[in-house]
Amino acid sequence: MSDFDPGDRPSVVSLTDRVRPVAIGAAVTSVHFLGDRAAFVGAEENVALIDAEGAISKVETHGGGILCAVSDGKRLITGGDDGKVVALDAKGVVTQLAVDAKRRWIDNVAVHPDGAFAWSAGKTAFVKSGKGEEKTFDMPSTVGGLAFAPKGLRLAVAHYGGATLWFPNMAAHPEFLEWAGSHLGVAFSPDNKFLVTAMHEPALHGWRLADNRHMRMSGYPSRVKSMSWSPGGKFLATSGADTVIMWPFASKDGPMGKEPGMLAPLQSRVTVVACHPKQDILACGYEDGTVLMVRLNDGAEILLRRPGSSPTTALAWNAKGTLLALSDEDGDAGIFPL
Amino acid sequence: MAEASKIPVTVLTGYLGAGKTTLLNRILSENHGKKYAVIVNEFGEIGIDNDLIIGADEEVFEMNNGCVCCTVRGDLVRIMEGLMRRKGKFDAIIVETTGLADPAPVAQTFFVDEDVQKNARLDAVVTVADAKWLSDRLKDAPEAKNQIAFADVIVLNKTDLVSKPELAEVEARIRGINPYAKLHRTERCKVKLSDVLERGAFDLDRILDIEPDFLEAGDDHDHHHDHDHGHDHDHGHSHGGLKHYHDEDMQSLSLKTDKPLDPTKFMPWLQNLVATEGQKILRSKGILAFTDDDDRYVFQGVHMMLEGDHQRKWKDGEPRQSRLVFIGRELPEQAIRAGFESCITT
Repeated sequence: MSDFDPGDRPSVVSLTDRVRPVAIGAAVTSVHFLGDRAAFVGAEENVALIDAEGAISKVETHGGGILCAVSDGKRLITGGDDGKVVALDAKGVVTQLAVDAKRRWIDNVAVHPDGAFAWSAGKTAFVKSGKGEEKTFDMPSTVGGLAFAPKGLRLAVAHYGGATLWFPNMAAHPEFLEWAGSHLGVAFSPDNKFLVTAMHEPALHGWRLADNRHMRMSGYPSRVKSMSWSPGGKFLATSGADTVIMWPFASKDGPMGKEPGMLAPLQSRVTVVACHPKQDILACGYEDGTVLMVRLNDGAEILLRRPGSSPTTALAWNAKGTLLALSDEDGDAGIFPL
Repeated sequence: MAEASKIPVTVLTGYLGAGKTTLLNRILSENHGKKYAVIVNEFGEIGIDNDLIIGADEEVFEMNNGCVCCTVRGDLVRIMEGLMRRKGKFDAIIVETTGLADPAPVAQTFFVDEDVQKNARLDAVVTVADAKWLSDRLKDAPEAKNQIAFADVIVLNKTDLVSKPELAEVEARIRGINPYAKLHRTERCKVKLSDVLERGAFDLDRILDIEPDFLEAGDDHDHHHDHDHGHDHDHGHSHGGLKHYHDEDMQSLSLKTDKPLDPTKFMPWLQNLVATEGQKILRSKGILAFTDDDDRYVFQGVHMMLEGDHQRKWKDGEPRQSRLVFIGRELPEQAIRAGFESCITT
């Protein structure tokens, strides 16, 4: 950890006054853009939609805790402890997509660009294709994370002991990628060449999909809960340390044998990262509530929010990269126009 | 988060048929003004409507650190994370385990997972035992013995189904394994809920009152002299009205001193002890008085995992006595005693 003190660094430009404050008034766990409307996902029951004028409309999506949320930019799909999978669009229209027959918790959701979506309850993963066909697959243990491959209908499922690659439309047996330990999150690289899981231990694990070669990415002081690919998939930015850890994925070997980059060191843990969709910049939020915007090539920082009372839990860019939405755990949120 | 603001978690164990569900139904139906989130292994057994009853899968995961006894309940990590979305909607959490479960992974989940640890604290392990069948199960079911060894509170249930000598026998067997747990004799799990729930700080203070409670167990003056030569070769003796069993497999060890401990010696010794012998040590706990330290230090551990902190100032007139308890299998008693002695400031 560096002895960096944000107060002593004159080079940090502050744009905190350009962040338009939004008071959600309830705990926020993530944020997603539906077009240019930010959808702040509450810990329970509601999603708050913010329009261009900053007006808040709260939409009830679940009759209990909201456990997971994902978006393709057009709709937000959430899973709840009420056993429901629900979609919300930018107009605030709620559609129920699925209900678990036993009302089990919906632990994970994933969405595919062609309209297919996936969810999991306990050990079972479900996929519903764009045509509405539902398929299920039972994993050896509880599903820790779900992600669709960028190409083709292929779903990665993280679980205890590794990850499974499942092609719901093919009869072929799913491919099992083994690695000891509990895998709780999963992501494909945008070029479809690598699969990365976030483990229960403070580490990431990766496989090069061409030959299933292993990549161990460790050294974190705490669990990695937020991962974001830089434009073109050159870097994977991650939370979990007192600096943003950037794993290089530009070469065919990915991060194998390479040191990760470190950006934006603070005396607080990074809780959430969000890479800009087009430019080489990212936003990162910290446990103390700080939010920074950082340029990838030289690490130059811009302060967007000073330390507050609770950890940053939500950061997201709109698809054009003109708006950044941010929130802390207590729902003290904001929108920053770039 | 401060220890006091963390959500207390009660782990409810007990061998098949001992009465866990009966106790759980009582906890949920009694009018105590508290709301419990309950993590159960079988849905449907609970006859109470509560939207905070969650089904668990009892998935035991090894931690990736090469230590076989570092196991956690993977499903519990996930459930706790989900429950935290509903913070403020419940006062405490009860985790029921299956009758055949080893309590260690459940307890360790509350030590090893940083998020779980941040939000919740293990309040007590409550074991429901069947007065009629426990003695038999202790011979043939290692799970039953583990559950007794792990307990902070033992609800000895179905006492109406046994005679007085039988009850004395089963209590002596329990005490042979775990003399430190608070024991309540019940019929149909009729126990004051305040005796099993929210005991606070793992009931550490109780280990200061071990002997009186232990002696109480023999108050019916059982002069029956027992030499049990069953297949596990337990030895029963009566000493002045109190029947003792020395379980060959599971023992407990208590250490105390009125002299202050040297923290620079004690902490490395304790950490090394659990690192090397942790597989044998099921539970450890202690209240410690360190040299030149006006605060009481308390710790508790499960196998290789320890957690400890300064608890509060020693009160005026309170004897600054250090006490430690270990419960486990084949404990290296002499080595532990010698190691402890070497940490005492002279």
